[in-house]
Amino acid sequence: MLKIENLSATVGEGEAAKTIINGLSLKVPAGEVHAIMGPNGAGKSTLSYVLTGREGYEVTGGGATLDGADILAMDPEERAAAGLFLSFQYPVEIPGVPVMTFVRTAMNAQRKKRGEPEISAPDYLKKSRDVAKMLNLDADMLKRPVNVGFSGGEKKRLEIYQMMMLEPRFMVLDETDSGLDIDALRTVADGVNALRAPERGMLVITHYQRLLDHIKPDKVHVLAKGRIIKTGGPELAHRLEKEGYDGVLAEAV
Amino acid sequence: MMDCCGGIEEHDDDCADVKVKEGIDAKTVEAAKRLESENYSAGFITDIEMDMAPIGLSEDTVRFISAKKNEPEWLLEWRLEAYRRWLTMEEPSWARVHYPKIDFQAYYYYAAPKAGAKYKSIDDVPREILEAYEKLGIPLREAEVLLGVEGAADTAAAAREKPRVAVDAVFDSVSVATTFREELKKAGVIFMSISEAVHEHPELVKKYLGSVVPTSDNFYATLNSAVFSDGSFVYIPKGVRCPMELSTYFRMNAENTGQFERTLIIADEAAYVSYLEGCTAPMRDENQLHAAVVELVALDDAEIKYSTVQNWWPGDEEGKGGIFNFVTKRGDCRGARSKISWTQVETGSAVTWKYPSCILRGDDSVGEFYSIAVTNGRQQADTGTKMIHLGKRTRSRIISKGISAGKSDNTYRGLVSIHKKAEGARNFTQCDSLLIGDRCGAHTVPYIENRRADAQLEHEATTTKLSEDQLFYVRQRGIAEEQAVALLVNGFVREVLQELPMEFAVEAQKLLEVSLEGSVG
Repeated sequence: MLKIENLSATVGEGEAAKTIINGLSLKVPAGEVHAIMGPNGAGKSTLSYVLTGREGYEVTGGGATLDGADILAMDPEERAAAGLFLSFQYPVEIPGVPVMTFVRTAMNAQRKKRGEPEISAPDYLKKSRDVAKMLNLDADMLKRPVNVGFSGGEKKRLEIYQMMMLEPRFMVLDETDSGLDIDALRTVADGVNALRAPERGMLVITHYQRLLDHIKPDKVHVLAKGRIIKTGGPELAHRLEKEGYDGVLAEAV
Repeated sequence: MMDCCGGIEEHDDDCADVKVKEGIDAKTVEAAKRLESENYSAGFITDIEMDMAPIGLSEDTVRFISAKKNEPEWLLEWRLEAYRRWLTMEEPSWARVHYPKIDFQAYYYYAAPKAGAKYKSIDDVPREILEAYEKLGIPLREAEVLLGVEGAADTAAAAREKPRVAVDAVFDSVSVATTFREELKKAGVIFMSISEAVHEHPELVKKYLGSVVPTSDNFYATLNSAVFSDGSFVYIPKGVRCPMELSTYFRMNAENTGQFERTLIIADEAAYVSYLEGCTAPMRDENQLHAAVVELVALDDAEIKYSTVQNWWPGDEEGKGGIFNFVTKRGDCRGARSKISWTQVETGSAVTWKYPSCILRGDDSVGEFYSIAVTNGRQQADTGTKMIHLGKRTRSRIISKGISAGKSDNTYRGLVSIHKKAEGARNFTQCDSLLIGDRCGAHTVPYIENRRADAQLEHEATTTKLSEDQLFYVRQRGIAEEQAVALLVNGFVREVLQELPMEFAVEAQKLLEVSLEGSVG
């Protein structure tokens, strides 16, 4: 499904350009959930931005494909239409644009690009009601401008709402657990787990083991200095939690 | 909250000072440079034989215009007095706009289609004019409706589901047609060109003309008083709620011509009217001059809602051509509990100088000003409002949204004045500026004069840049860049768009999109 090969990328321009991703390789087959853990500055968020095509990040080597398609050659909106979704670490406020207007516009833009018919207003509303219920989201919140005046937890839940509405094929969750209390964490995890399917893949970026108690990964990768230095099963996350990154990093060198 | 007395405050937010982020801004600037004139779809010229006044301005020009309209003696005298006063006045220079000195002798002050002004049937309207309005999307398919041919209005209207709008079409200096006149007449509403009103309702015109904007008011208003050619006249009688939206569509066509329209709207006690104004002009290399005066009078318990979508030709990307728009618009809340509401969407003109204002004379009267001003390319806009609180418990509300792109300059200039007798007056002002790119400017200049300790004045101002974070977030959800910008801009101006009548809001939304096309790379 997602295949990253020997990827290198820099941030910044000209003299100031800094290599953050440095020869990273990773494969997430369809149906699997992989976790990426790593210390601050390891390149976790950069990886999510490079995959989704944010400006200011330059790929200097290697490649990445989603079901064989070269995603790095696409515009951000094309990647989205191809099924790539990023749950942002810091969701952005969009004043004056109600959540429902925003998500429905996005949904139809993606469908149009894929040559599918638009979703009707009643169909959208029905689906929205079901998703909102599952995520414990107030109906009023969906009429308010995107993320404006939302608490940290509400913003993260809204990311998952968008994800469940758009039904992407591959999801990148960038520190979705940060800023969540235990209950919200469980709600968010329930949403994510509901999307687990044989045809979908997922990359869960996190600092902490606790999210992985709720979203069980098939594999755990440790990212440091821009590349994967160690890969293991769920037990690796527990070990990191207990021993910290230092031990694992020292071992890998 | 602010309670300063006679305080003047100035915020200056040049985006040249804003730190430029990498990536998108460089591209934004590139794209803004590419701003193409073909975006302006109303830029065509209609080739039609015109009846013109001799070029230039003199007492003879004033007499010529007055004679053309067969005006009564009092009106000619009124014009001449204004003209003589104008000769002694100086062009104001305090606005934050720059343009070459205007040679007032280089313009034509009267231009009318040779075939005449009003037509009896569809067959008499010059084909060129019909085609021009058709291209602009004014409902000329129902040409007979536009012409107010009896009976045609009802059937054509029944055939349409959307709310009906009566149109007064002004082509250069004359009104060529007014629709739905018969039906409006049944409700007692008078809607006609001001030239006609001078003959048919002289008592009303004489009573109210110049009563809100006196002939001596300012340089451009005085000029307008001397040479005004046509415009709309509306009178809503006591207790009548006007059964449909009224609108005037202004088209400037002739070369080197000034358009000086004069609009007068009177809402008698407990009357209500919603009035819309639309404007376009062809793309010409020379600057055209537009100096209008609009006067609104609201008596006790009356309400006037005045909406404008201004899309005059803004000039090309080098700043060549375009309309100089110097407009005096003022509403007088003369009666108690009256309300006047201005909503404007300004996307055109090379230079805009315009401050729709409210004089809150009646106790408990309410003034509102909702504005979206977009500047792109080399456009300059200096616009805002004046809220003059004279009566007790008068309230005013100002919401201004400025959007600057390209190398344009956008200034909000507003005055809130609380007079001695305005016990318990209240004002709320909110001015937001959005910058696209880093070569444009946004300025907020709010003046406050307060002579009462019990006045409540609130002022909020923000300046933001269209952010890279927002754009990326929206695009990551699958929305292409141009649509993403439109979505963000629409969100920014939403509060004001909501104030527009439905159909106008849709048009305004499209206009915003076109005006900002290519402003982000």
